[in-house]
Amino acid sequence: MAKVTVDGIEVEIANGSSVLQAAEAAGKEIPRFCYHERLSVAGNCRMCLVEIEKVPKPVASCGQPVADGMVIFTDTENVRKSRRGVMEFLLINHPLDCPICDQGGECDLQDEAVSYGRDTSRYEEGKRASAQPDWGPLVKTTMTRCIHCTRCIRFSTEIAGVPELGATLRGENMQVGTYVDKALSSELSGNLIDLCPVGALTSKPYAYTARSWELRKTDSVDVLDAVGANIRIDARGAEVLRILPRLNDDVNEEWLGDKSRFSVDGLKRRRLDRPWLRENGKLRAASWEEVFAAVTNKIKASKPERLGAIAGDLVDVESMLALKEMFTSLGSPNLDCRQDGAVFDASQRGFYLFNTTIAGIEEADALVIIGSNPRHEAPVLNARIRKRWLAGHFEAGLVGVPHDLTYPTTHIGSGPDAITALLDGTHPFAEVLKAAKKPMLILGAGALTRPDGAAIHAAAWKLAAQFNMLNDDWHGFNVLHHAAARTGALDIGFLPGPGGKSTAQMLAGGVDILWLLGADALDTQAIGADTFVIYQGHHGDAGAARADVILPGAAYTEKDGTYVNTEGRVQQGFIAVKPPGDAREDWRILRAISAYMGHALRYDTLQELRAHLAQTYPLFALTGELRRLAGANLGAPAGDRAAVSAVPFEPVFGNYYQTDSISRASPTMAACVEAHYPNLAEAAQ
Amino acid sequence: MNANIEPTDFVFDAAAEAAVARAIARYPAGKQASAVMALLDIAQRQMERLTGSAWVPRLAMDVVAQRLGIAAARVYEIATFYTMYNTKPVGKYHLQVCTTTPCWLRGSDEVVSSCKKVAGIEGFGQTSADGLFTMTEVECLGGCVNAPILQINDDYYEDLDAARTEALLNALKSGAPLPPAGSSIGRQASAPVTNQTALLNNTKPVE
Repeated sequence: MAKVTVDGIEVEIANGSSVLQAAEAAGKEIPRFCYHERLSVAGNCRMCLVEIEKVPKPVASCGQPVADGMVIFTDTENVRKSRRGVMEFLLINHPLDCPICDQGGECDLQDEAVSYGRDTSRYEEGKRASAQPDWGPLVKTTMTRCIHCTRCIRFSTEIAGVPELGATLRGENMQVGTYVDKALSSELSGNLIDLCPVGALTSKPYAYTARSWELRKTDSVDVLDAVGANIRIDARGAEVLRILPRLNDDVNEEWLGDKSRFSVDGLKRRRLDRPWLRENGKLRAASWEEVFAAVTNKIKASKPERLGAIAGDLVDVESMLALKEMFTSLGSPNLDCRQDGAVFDASQRGFYLFNTTIAGIEEADALVIIGSNPRHEAPVLNARIRKRWLAGHFEAGLVGVPHDLTYPTTHIGSGPDAITALLDGTHPFAEVLKAAKKPMLILGAGALTRPDGAAIHAAAWKLAAQFNMLNDDWHGFNVLHHAAARTGALDIGFLPGPGGKSTAQMLAGGVDILWLLGADALDTQAIGADTFVIYQGHHGDAGAARADVILPGAAYTEKDGTYVNTEGRVQQGFIAVKPPGDAREDWRILRAISAYMGHALRYDTLQELRAHLAQTYPLFALTGELRRLAGANLGAPAGDRAAVSAVPFEPVFGNYYQTDSISRASPTMAACVEAHYPNLAEAAQ
Repeated sequence: MNANIEPTDFVFDAAAEAAVARAIARYPAGKQASAVMALLDIAQRQMERLTGSAWVPRLAMDVVAQRLGIAAARVYEIATFYTMYNTKPVGKYHLQVCTTTPCWLRGSDEVVSSCKKVAGIEGFGQTSADGLFTMTEVECLGGCVNAPILQINDDYYEDLDAARTEALLNALKSGAPLPPAGSSIGRQASAPVTNQTALLNNTKPVE
């Protein structure tokens, strides 16, 4: 530890820390453009100048290590003068087009110019202008505004692992760009927009839409993958305009995947904003009264064991609990949250959680990925694995389709038989696992949807047990879900009850009435022609197309909801805007219809529902935080691990950008598919 | 010379491969990325050998990146940063005129206008119609004592004025090979033009 004095305040800080960090520890704000906590230090903007005793010239504090006894001044006349000089140089080639710049109002350069800028410019010569390269459908470039901080270059090289950006040419002519015209191929490219301290990189879909001070900001949780990234929903009036990541070091640090960020325009399209009823084979608009009557009559006329419900991927826990309890009171055991048809042992939480936790990845020293492509299924989590790999002494192996995961992987095999090869020790990667102190494995939820899913589940558990992954202080067995609703649904047991039917059985004609709660990813063709389908959800997608009755629900931005991420972390999102038209929050619909049917649920408000939830399932009492489970003495999931086949794993998603009803409705995501998967886009037309 | 088209393919030929192996062997294992500048130069010289124009096409940069296991963007950065790599085709004779202050004081403007006149071009960065000359403005070549300097390909031609520049370029135009590099007024190295004035044998050591 080094003892330093910052403006008379004595602080103690770890050796190797920078002067800037010491100043922050002392509560002093240092202006900066190029420095970023999560990126390497570049030291090229020179805005963070401070004075240090016995040093003749001002020092860039971001790149200066502290030394014991250092005396630092962050706010002397000399410092201010130096920073004013730096600011003047930065502004020489900056166009000062703030009135037409989307960064205006949330621009670091603008903010710092208030403190360090001159009132008028002394510069009368011509300013530099640059071309505006095309970086794809998400990031809009106005490189004339670039101040060459190189944050975007460092982000794409270090965090995203897609080193496509560089600074070409030199001096005044320096250009930040791809050099070759191409769209950025990262799933995290939206973060460049947040990182850019000026308006050089802005959001293309959000261009000229709103000013930051017009927006109503609501904290929420992302549901387009199972990481549960913390987000901020920015809305104006009844419209959600953009989604930004929120800081949470345990989950998403400060990153957000492109799908989660840019699918926002899908929330305005293909919405179910009124109830619909199928008559003579055609859907017609109806009133709530009519659809309630239709549903009630149908359900009353049916036997309870011929009722079934399937919950989708984007649903909040409250709605699923209401649906489950309504079905329980109706006497039906036919519930399933695994619309992908997966069947595996979910009797213990440890069997289906990402037990290591996302932050825990940084402790691991070896990793096996089985049947998953984390780069597509959870890009932010994949960035965490890459962060671990960058720190060194970490090896990753992959069973399944070989991908560029942004860190090197040893391809162990294509099918689940490779797990057996690891268990037998016939594959050399077994030695890596054996030597590792804290090995972990990631089992993709997609692997569990196969006919031999339960066997793969058991084999993966055995792998964890054999290679020292299950200890009192380390749990290296992880299931990586890609549906935000799944973990919560498993936690409340939204699963077939005694004698109940699974998704596959329900689809195969096992039920007469099928309630789809936002379930769109199942094969609607497989539903029997005489099955009465009730679709409750927010988008006119696959489920609604097959439905006989449509109950318009609320998307995740339009309701207070509880979600459990793949780690088992219970998180709550807040309502940002009202659902459109006649649509209502899902649990309210269920509460109302249960009363209509004479099986009224016991709660009238969300508070009562949540209190009931926490009482029934105590783990919901703790939101936001997470208790890591111990790995030892858990038993093992049911399933015969010898039954694994040699059939190769297949990718879970055909493409990253369109995986659910919201992203499929989004024109931005469609543009991304066109840019990154030209073959797919062509086939769709 | 079909100058403006990126080649469809670039591979190091046998001679270049030998040089590449030598360049990479200069660095310890795992540090072969350090050879990037040498490899770019080898690529540029191969292009000169094969097409008569010394430049590094983007494909060649990709090949270098692949060979060294580094991101292509890193190679683009280096190739565009250093002015000695030409990212566009140049003529057979690349006229690099120094116009930094010492050369300018000694008449680099004359050299520039002579180049323009002989090559029939209007400014820096242009290539003559016959594909023989490309004129580039460069910063200090470090030969200020013999200013003004004109670097043609790898060689310095020194102490130039308008007439001698024209004569030099006209000779090249008529097909003559590059003359020996150095002073165009016959001075030895950077010795004084007006003969030696110091360290003469007749000076007596100070008592």
